[in-house]
Amino acid sequence: MAEFLQFLFSGLTVGAVYALVALGFTLIHNASGVVNFAQGEFVMLGGMITVFAAQAGLPLAVAAGVAIGVTALVGVALYRLAIAPAGSASVVSIIIITMGASLFLRGTAQSVFDKQIHRFPAFSGETPITIGGATLMPQSLWVLGGAAVVFVALHRFLAHTLPGKAVLATASNKLAAQLVGINTHAVLLLAFGLSAAIGAVAGVLITPLTMTTADMGVSVALKGFAAAMLGGMGIPVGAIVGGLGLGLIEAFTAGYLSSAYKEATAFLVILVVLVLMPRGLFGPKDVERV
Amino acid sequence: MTTIASRPSRARRRAGAVRTGFAGLAGFAGLAGLAGLAGLAGLAGLTLAQPARADILIGATLAETGPAAFLGEPEARTLDMLVAETNAAGGIRGEKVKLIRYDDSGNPDKARTFATRLIDDDQVVAVIGGSTTGSTMAVVPLFEQAGIPFVSLAGAVVIIDPVKTWVFKTPHTDRMACEKIFTDMRARGFTKVGVIAGTDGFGKSMQEQCLAVAGAHGIEIVGNETYGPQDSDMTPQLTNLKNAPGLQAVLNAGMGQGPAIVTRNFRQVGLEVPLYQSHGVASKSFIELAGPAAEGVRLPAAALLVAEKLPDDDPQKPVVLGYKTAYETATGQPVSTFGGHAFDAYKLLIAAIERAGSTDPARIRDALEQTRDFMGTAGRVTFTPADHMGLDETAFRLLEIKDGDWTLVQ
Amino acid sequence: MRVPSWLADPRARVLVLLAVLIALAPLLFPSGYYYRVGTLVFLNALTVTGLVILTGYAGQVSLGHAGFFGIGAYACAVGTSHFGLAPGLCVALGAGLAGGLALAVGRPILRLKSHYLAVATLGLGILIAMVLTNEGQWTGGPDGMSAPTLPLRAWLRAWGVPLSPAQAWYALSGLVLLAGAWMALSLRESASGRALRALHDSEVAARVIGIDVARAKGRAFAISAVYASVAGSLMALFNGFVNPAMAGFMHSIELVTMVVLGGAGSVLGGVVGATVLTVLPQTLTVFQEYEMTMLGLIMMVMMIFLRQGVVPGLVGAWTAWRGRRARP
Repeated sequence: MAEFLQFLFSGLTVGAVYALVALGFTLIHNASGVVNFAQGEFVMLGGMITVFAAQAGLPLAVAAGVAIGVTALVGVALYRLAIAPAGSASVVSIIIITMGASLFLRGTAQSVFDKQIHRFPAFSGETPITIGGATLMPQSLWVLGGAAVVFVALHRFLAHTLPGKAVLATASNKLAAQLVGINTHAVLLLAFGLSAAIGAVAGVLITPLTMTTADMGVSVALKGFAAAMLGGMGIPVGAIVGGLGLGLIEAFTAGYLSSAYKEATAFLVILVVLVLMPRGLFGPKDVERV
Repeated sequence: MTTIASRPSRARRRAGAVRTGFAGLAGFAGLAGLAGLAGLAGLAGLTLAQPARADILIGATLAETGPAAFLGEPEARTLDMLVAETNAAGGIRGEKVKLIRYDDSGNPDKARTFATRLIDDDQVVAVIGGSTTGSTMAVVPLFEQAGIPFVSLAGAVVIIDPVKTWVFKTPHTDRMACEKIFTDMRARGFTKVGVIAGTDGFGKSMQEQCLAVAGAHGIEIVGNETYGPQDSDMTPQLTNLKNAPGLQAVLNAGMGQGPAIVTRNFRQVGLEVPLYQSHGVASKSFIELAGPAAEGVRLPAAALLVAEKLPDDDPQKPVVLGYKTAYETATGQPVSTFGGHAFDAYKLLIAAIERAGSTDPARIRDALEQTRDFMGTAGRVTFTPADHMGLDETAFRLLEIKDGDWTLVQ
Repeated sequence: MRVPSWLADPRARVLVLLAVLIALAPLLFPSGYYYRVGTLVFLNALTVTGLVILTGYAGQVSLGHAGFFGIGAYACAVGTSHFGLAPGLCVALGAGLAGGLALAVGRPILRLKSHYLAVATLGLGILIAMVLTNEGQWTGGPDGMSAPTLPLRAWLRAWGVPLSPAQAWYALSGLVLLAGAWMALSLRESASGRALRALHDSEVAARVIGIDVARAKGRAFAISAVYASVAGSLMALFNGFVNPAMAGFMHSIELVTMVVLGGAGSVLGGVVGATVLTVLPQTLTVFQEYEMTMLGLIMMVMMIFLRQGVVPGLVGAWTAWRGRRARP
């Protein structure tokens, strides 16, 4: 039983990391239909800027605030300088632009910061909490809590606020949104800024557990992307379920089957789910407009 | 000295190569010419339009970016520092040393292209590099074929076993690390051991070596687990090891952030047995990343990490203390054994070039193989035609982490 | 001046242009290194040509094609070392394996749309890379294994061809690329090619006019997998060494970027994309530690200013310029 609980806790911890990253993909996708491959770099920036701001003498909380703010500005700049000028380019072209942005941000972070591995202390100490013979780090609760808060906020934002509805309107039909008086340019700026901020929040929360390097973005984005697709792209609840599901599959495979093939199992499950449910677990039914 | 006198002709050849080199890249641009890539070719011309001088050209291909950047970066900085040092002191027999360094980001295919470029285009006399075993093994056949001496900075035993004519290496092998650890385990009375390893090249190779030599040391492997190099939680694997029957000690083979997370998770799941890490964590950042959980962890490593703590009569002390001070002053970063491997490689090579009195690659190789009792950061090196690493197990020190610092285990 | 009738065919013009460039470029090569870069360009371009069929003609994305490249490479490494296969046969074995796998998984996977298809193919590629990494007793694990090299030096001497092995590889890979480009161009104008382009525009419309959409997509997937596998096999024989990074996610991304950068619809665009992304990192070494930053910047700038890709973008600009000049 203690083993089962330990695998469960491990899965939830890792899954919450994936879920947080997956949530970051949601907003930009909702506003523009684009999967932003630089999302992992936002997570990296959140962690790295916090590390270096704290090293410069700022208290951790302030450093984290700075990191989230700066990353949000980077998100806005990404839209303003690279996505908006591309104008009517196809979605694939814009994805390639975000890949270029990912390389650019990674390379710049390596030059501005360094190529070493960093970490800062957990927020509530490093003493594990023991439940039923299994252990959980307090930071895992922070990550889980963070995912929950971001999820609720995002859900409320999209469903119940005017700017949120404007985001959804812009995504579903940009021209129609403009016709009803929505400033789609501002909406997209907002979406990129907020997505970057969500990524940075994830980076701040997970760094005490996963550590951070200028290079971490790719693998983080890969899992977050997979989690988002498993749940259904653009749907906050899908990101949460997809992330936690992926983490749990990996932990239980590592615990009960083979640690060498835990990621293989995860991707196998994704393939099977997508074949059965082509729009992910929570995606809308497959309807094509002709 | 005839060869040194003959070098200007080599330089002229190079100058010719530079001009046609520009044209060659323009050829590629012609292929893409419809794409208006003339600007690109101009850029390419820039790379090649280095002034042709009668320098001693040494090449390097290192993993300066990518997942192995924590290896490649200190290696690159060390080489830059040492070349500046040599040239400030008047070079080798009055010739300046010029380092041509490429970033292969640990990708074997890129390493192969850069190795070809160093051999064919840059016409270097020797190459240092291959931060990882994968990139080293990918380039070895090229150097064997071209007849250019190559000093690898990667760990695995396959690099020098079997011996290859033109290939040398400076770090200890993973097999030696396993043996050092198992010897200490036996001395402490542990025979039932759990192994956990990263699935990257370093972890996988060391895991295989450890499993292979465990029997000979009277060690029984009671658990065997792996983790991905980018994983963020290893508690499931460690829980399984914890439940392994009769477990007395755990050995982790890995590098990067993985071992720090393993160490933290190790304490988290309440494992009380001793934990051994590999020489892959031999930099101060491991202690910082793992925090208090690192207390009591043992590992085999070069004397470099405990430079100040070596007894004054230790013949290695001046070398490691000298490098440590120079590196930390030059870069402002704590020294790691990885940079030390580059230090050893460079010093070995320079000494060989001086002894050879020539920049002929074959004569450099012969001089290199005749290296006797060279004192480096990894230990005392004596190359022979049958041994192109030249270190023995005594070169490894067993360290224990106490009060957030390395200490020598006596 | 009259254009010969066989050159009136745009396919022939593309092929002749490619052949001339492949043949003339070596006149300017000063060292063997350039032949290596040339060979890398051609092998990458071969993989990308396959992807042009899948992405450009049929409009389907794959983020896992490096997996098929890896299958081809390892078919040669494992096939020859463990089963004593001849190098020529291992190319066919890899092509068969990759094509078969693509046909088997293609049908269910290709029902997916856009990003979902992307993640499914990505998963497929990662699964392949994972098997290559984990099954160390067969594949040499994460550090890779050596592959046979063709005894080119001996053959060349026996046949009295005055070429170095590097030059021979350049010629061989150039010829294979020409053959691959010719097949891709012919496919485009065939009934299957028209079916693919029809379903690219609208699957529903294609279905209405009686095209078996699932079958057509599955075929395109399998054909592109065979292209990737052949390129992978040749790469293994060329390098004498294989490693799991060949099948890795980053390589898949690189391939897709080549397709889009050049201009997804055209074979020539694929070749240009492969050339740019292979040659660019070699020239960017001048920036030392800013290499990655520059590569990212150049990718962004190219896609912003040449939205349709390099070739269609420049052709468009040229036409517009001519149009302006023609006006009084």
